[in-house]
Amino acid sequence: MAEVRLQSVCKRFEEVVAVKDFNLFIQDKEFVVLVGPSGCGKTTTLRMIAGLEEITSGEIFIGQTLVNRVPARDRNIAMVFQNYALYPHMTVYQNMAFGLEMRKTPKEEIRRRVQEAADILGIGELLQRKPKQLSGGQRQRVALGRAIVRKPQVFLFDEPLSNLDAKLRVQTRLELKKLHSRLSTTAVYVTHDQVEAMTMGDRIVVMKDGLIQQVGSPLELYNFPANTFVAGFLGSPSMNFFEAALKREGSAVSVCKGSLRIDLPPEKAGFLEGYKQETVIVGVRPEDLKPVQEHLPGRTLQALVEVVEPIGNETYVDVEAGGVSLIAGVGRNVQVRPGEKLILMPALERINLFDTQSQRALGLHHS
Amino acid sequence: MVGERAISKALKFYVPLGLYLLFLLFPFYWMVNTVFKSDKEMYNLELNPFYIHSPTLENIVHLFTRTIFLKWMANTFFVAILSTLMALGASLLAAYAIQRLRFRTSQPTGVAIFLSYLIPQTILFIPLAHVIFQLKLWDSLWALVLTYPTFLVPFCTWLLMGYFKSIPKEMEECAMIDGASRVRIFRSIILPLCLPGILSAGIFCFTLSWNEYIYALAFISDTSSKTVPIGLVTELVRGDVYHWGPLMAGALCASVPVALVYSFFVEHYVAGMTGALKE
Repeated sequence: MAEVRLQSVCKRFEEVVAVKDFNLFIQDKEFVVLVGPSGCGKTTTLRMIAGLEEITSGEIFIGQTLVNRVPARDRNIAMVFQNYALYPHMTVYQNMAFGLEMRKTPKEEIRRRVQEAADILGIGELLQRKPKQLSGGQRQRVALGRAIVRKPQVFLFDEPLSNLDAKLRVQTRLELKKLHSRLSTTAVYVTHDQVEAMTMGDRIVVMKDGLIQQVGSPLELYNFPANTFVAGFLGSPSMNFFEAALKREGSAVSVCKGSLRIDLPPEKAGFLEGYKQETVIVGVRPEDLKPVQEHLPGRTLQALVEVVEPIGNETYVDVEAGGVSLIAGVGRNVQVRPGEKLILMPALERINLFDTQSQRALGLHHS
Repeated sequence: MVGERAISKALKFYVPLGLYLLFLLFPFYWMVNTVFKSDKEMYNLELNPFYIHSPTLENIVHLFTRTIFLKWMANTFFVAILSTLMALGASLLAAYAIQRLRFRTSQPTGVAIFLSYLIPQTILFIPLAHVIFQLKLWDSLWALVLTYPTFLVPFCTWLLMGYFKSIPKEMEECAMIDGASRVRIFRSIILPLCLPGILSAGIFCFTLSWNEYIYALAFISDTSSKTVPIGLVTELVRGDVYHWGPLMAGALCASVPVALVYSFFVEHYVAGMTGALKE
C-alpha cells in the first residue's frame, strides 16, 4: 500500500503534448478516478504511473520512491486492461499465477493466494479453463484476480468495464467498489464514463487536452464545477448553458436573454463583484428546473415544450424559453406534450455562473 | 425449386471446383502414371497414354540402384532443415524487434528487409558465388545452408511481423507489469501465441529450400553433394536423352516429405497465413 505523487508531469509524443504539467497527490488507500473525453491524456497518465510510458519531464513517486527510471516490473503495481489482456494459451490458474511465478513465490504460496483470490471473485470453478471458454464478465474477473493475487502497492484500472454490457457493468462497478474497501489498496481508475467516475471515485480528476480541469470529490465537482467543461461533462443530461446579459439595479442583479429574465439571489449576485464583463454564462442542471403553476417574472421561465423524453424514473423535456433551448427534468408524474406551454422555476441557489471569456466559474473557491 | 437450387449450386460451386482440382492434380497424375510405366509402353503411341497397361517398378528400382538418390534426399533434408531453422531464428528476432521495440529506424528496416526480397535470385547468385568461393565453401552443403536464408529471412520476417501485430500489445505490457523480462515475455507469451505463424513460416522455408534450384546448381557440382532437384536433372537427363521414368520416380519420392509436412500442419498453416489470433 502506498501513496502516489505526480509532480509537474509532462508527456510529449513528438509534436503532440499528451499531458501537461500534471500535479496530483493520491493518498494511501484512496480510489481516484481520472475521467475525460477520448484523447484527454488520462490513459497516458495511467501508463506513466505503470511505467509503460516514459515521462518527458516531471517526477512520479510511488510511496517514497521516485519511479521515473524504475521499470514497470519493479514498481509493484498491478494493472487491469480494457481488453483484459489474458494470456490465451494459459489456463485461468496459470494466468493468475504468472506474476507470482515471475517473483519466484513458492508453489504452495502461489496455490494458496490464487485460491484465495478466486474465492473472493467467485471464479474458483473456472481455474482450469482457458480464457476463450469464459464469458466477458468471467474474463473480467480473472483479470481482476490476476491483479489482486500479487497484493500490489497500487491498482491501476484502464477502462476495465467498457467491454461489458450495461447491466453487468453496473454490477461489476459495485463489486469493484466492495473489493476496494475490502483490500484497501490505493487505486487509480481511468474511464470516460462520468457515471462510473461519480459512483466509484473517492476523488475525481477531470481532464481535457492533457490538462487537469478540476480535482475533487464527486459531489464537489457536480455541485461546484470549476468551469463549463467540468459542468457539462459531469451529469446526464448535460447542464444547460446560455449566455445572458447582466442587468444591475443597485445591489440587485438579473441575467437576461431575450424575453427570459432571472433575478439572482444576493449570494449569487455577490459572485459578480469585480466582474467587469456585460455578459455571463448561466448554467442550470436539468433537475434544477422544476415545473410550477404560476408565472413569476424574474423568478420563473415561460417555455414551449418541443420534445418529451420519459425514461421511467424521470421525464426530460426539451423546451424553448426566450430563444434558449433547455432540458428540464420535470419528474415522472408531469404529463406534457410537445407544443404545450410550461412554466419552469430554476433552483436559484444551484445556478452556476461562468466567465464568458475564460469559461471559469465565478465565485468558486474550490479547486 | 430444391432441384433448381442444387443444379445452381453444382454449376456455381462444384463444376468450377472440379475443373480447378483437375488442373491442379493433373501433373501429379501424369507423374504417377509415368513412374509405373516401362519405357516400351511410354513410347508406344498406339496405347492410351492416360492408362497404365502393364505396371512396373523398374523406374523406382533404377532410381534407387543406379543413382545415389537416397544421398541426395539426405542432403536436401540437411540443407532444408538447417536453413529453415536459421531463417526462423533470425526472422523471429527481426520481426519482433521491428514490430515491438519501435526503435527510430524500425520502419525503414522493415521496408529494407522487404526490398531485399524483391532482388531476384538470378541476379543475387553471382555475387553470392564470389562470397562462397572466398569462404571456401564451394561444393559444400554449407554453401546452401548459408545462402538460402537470404531469400527465406525477408519473407518470414514479413509474415511474422504481420503475426506479431495481431497479438495485443497489452498482453506483453501486462506480462511486463507481472514482472517478466523481455526475453521471458518472448519465450512464455509471444512464442506460444505465434506457434501457427512460426509453423507456417517454417513450412514455407522448408518447401522453398527443398525445391531450390539456382543456388544448388551454381554452387554444387560434386554428385554426392547434390540436392534432389539438381541431382535428378543433372544425372537423369543425359544431353537430350530424358530418363522420364526414373525422373518422375525421383520427383514423386521427393514430393512425399513436403506433402506430409503440409498435411500434418495444414490447419496451423492456414491460421498462420491469415495471421488471426483468437482469444
